[in-house]
Amino acid sequence: MDLYEIVRGPLAWAALLLFVLGTAYRIVSMLIEARRDKVVYPYLSLKYGLRSLMHWLIPFGSVNMRKRPVMTVVSFAFHICLLVTPVFLLAHIILWDESWGLQWWSLPEAVTDVMSVLVVGACAFFLIRRIVAPEVQNVTFLSDYVLLAVVVLPFLTGFLAYHQLGPYRPMLILHILAGEIMLVAIPFSRLSHMFFFFFTRAYMGSEFGKVRNARDW
Amino acid sequence: MATFPEREPVEDIGLDETIKKLTPERIEKTILKVLNEESAARLKVYVNTCVHCGLCSNACHFYNSHDGDVKYAPVSKVKDTLWEMIRKKGRVDGEFIRKASRIAFTECNVCRRCSMYCPFGIDLAYLILTVRRICHLLGVVPQYLQDTVNSHAATLNQMWVKPDEWIDTLQWQEEEQLDEVVGARIPLDREGAEIMYSVIGPEPKFLPQLIGHMDQIMTVAGMSWTVPSLDGWDNSNMAMYSGDFEIMARVERKHYDKALELKVKKIVMGECGHAFRGAAYDGPKWLGWLRPPVPLIHAVEFYYDLIHSGRLKIVKKYEEPITLQDPCNIVRGKGLGNKLRYIMNATCSDFRDVEPRFEHNYCCCAGGGVINCGPPWKTTRVNGNRVKAEQFRATEAKVIVTPCHNCHSGIEDIVSNYKLDMHVKFFCEILVECIEIPESLKV
Ligand code: HEM
Ligand code: SF4
Ligand code: SF4
Repeated sequence: MDLYEIVRGPLAWAALLLFVLGTAYRIVSMLIEARRDKVVYPYLSLKYGLRSLMHWLIPFGSVNMRKRPVMTVVSFAFHICLLVTPVFLLAHIILWDESWGLQWWSLPEAVTDVMSVLVVGACAFFLIRRIVAPEVQNVTFLSDYVLLAVVVLPFLTGFLAYHQLGPYRPMLILHILAGEIMLVAIPFSRLSHMFFFFFTRAYMGSEFGKVRNARDW
Repeated sequence: MATFPEREPVEDIGLDETIKKLTPERIEKTILKVLNEESAARLKVYVNTCVHCGLCSNACHFYNSHDGDVKYAPVSKVKDTLWEMIRKKGRVDGEFIRKASRIAFTECNVCRRCSMYCPFGIDLAYLILTVRRICHLLGVVPQYLQDTVNSHAATLNQMWVKPDEWIDTLQWQEEEQLDEVVGARIPLDREGAEIMYSVIGPEPKFLPQLIGHMDQIMTVAGMSWTVPSLDGWDNSNMAMYSGDFEIMARVERKHYDKALELKVKKIVMGECGHAFRGAAYDGPKWLGWLRPPVPLIHAVEFYYDLIHSGRLKIVKKYEEPITLQDPCNIVRGKGLGNKLRYIMNATCSDFRDVEPRFEHNYCCCAGGGVINCGPPWKTTRVNGNRVKAEQFRATEAKVIVTPCHNCHSGIEDIVSNYKLDMHVKFFCEILVECIEIPESLKV
């Protein structure tokens, strides 16, 4: 097996497995530990949890999002592109088709191209914000830069490989590797906010709405 | 990059002397106990989920009043205390505990405004309260605050009020009211009354006329009520804020035991926010009750019921330009913002609302035990709330209504420090000027 086959074969499996199992582990252990927090389960409410999630998943749905329009636009563009691009990218779907015979609807390549650029641009924005905004700089650690790199690399290398900028095959290998690193990093780093977001928000929405009769957005 | 001034040294023997007795082993053991045994999923998830984005910073009145000084951003306060304790696995020194205690007790009102600004809804106030818990277990608590907790422990009230002083105060207020309204008795320990009325310790000590006002309101509205003559009359709870949750629970249990003993249908409490929080949420939570065993109603809700139902008739309106403070613990804590505005509009002809308002109103900067840290920390508290002064100034009102004791005292300090030329009043002071006293009750 050459390097390409390793990253496409066993490493891809390992990354996917770690992502799925890691995520399951983090969520299940949280649900178990939450029983020791006297208030969590009694306070939870589907209605108020969803009400809060709605406000925080809709652009400009909260007061703070309206106070920071640039951040809101960048953040939503970033997250939407980040989640949509890898799933609906033609080249990825072809891979799924080759390996598993799975197919679904894909986005035009020009669109996914722009979306990758948006992700990279947003990461640049987050990076600059981290350096120049004092309140962000103050809570920035080396790990925050590393995480930004972990997130930007799959998109940057994917873009370069697609446009055949630089040596194609090494770039492709780098791209796959970067994607795998990001996947594994999600459950085991602050990127776990991807799933914890729904729990912390729903809990706070419940506590504010059901218990305290107040809004939390 | 902007630079911000260092904190001025402040002397407080509660912090300066107590840290001398700490050993590294005790600090480590205590921190690990609180982190690993007393807290569970919420603490862990909050710490692991925070993406260090700083979006909570502009929620905090301290941060806004210090022109964006980063050390007052909510997440910075957690970083400088809890994160560091976690990162070092409890191996921090006494000097660190002193600083953590200062931040947790005097630079955060645990008002929870920042939870509405963090996109993840991280409860930063809960994290700060966890730091306070650690400081309490280490005995590093601002001296004045600790003194109120000692009073709770020894007397079950906050202000070392002795039983005879309490009864004396009630009788004195009753006499005053009997000159105004026929039959304005303050019924002590009347079993089976509908309402038990409770107040905070400082009322008999400094503001006894508030008890008199409530006597008048109860009498005119014709309520069946009673006041406990012994322990359980004080609904305040400073132990909740010092991190002494054992004492907090004792105080709350006594309050409710008294209500059960008197077989009342509900407890009505005076105009205080922190007391409401302790009795409605934090106390029951620690005791493992989903909700209190006897329904608890804050004065604002009670006034609303009396005015809305017509039991109290408003015959005169208060005319001076007037504005208000939304106490965090009853507005962000119980959604009473609309009822508060209803009673304001019902009794005042020139009510001028503040901006921001309701849940988004700024904290008074006195709550959360901060004012109870006493004179050494007054400057911290007043400088930490310039935005409040600006907010009030913009209304051009002459009077500020604060249906909470902490807000009342804190805002009085803000008014005098920022030369606002305004008066601070409790709502009952407005109400007694506006209600109709029926002919049959006129003296
Ligand atoms: C549906 C899932 C997700 C939700 C709801 C979500 C939500 C958030 C929120 C609320 C923030 C706070 C700052 C901001 O508004 O930008 C944030 C930041 C961030 N998210 Fe997500 N996220 C999700 C998934 C992901 C994933 C899958 C990744 C990457 C693998 C990611 C990477 C980031 C990064 C890097 C930041 C930090 C930006 C900075 O450095 O300031 N997110 N996310
Ligand atoms: S004072 Fe209020 S807004 Fe500021 S950090 Fe504390 S809880 Fe958050
Ligand atoms: S807004 Fe929330 S996630 Fe962002 S720094 Fe503050 S606490 Fe952390």
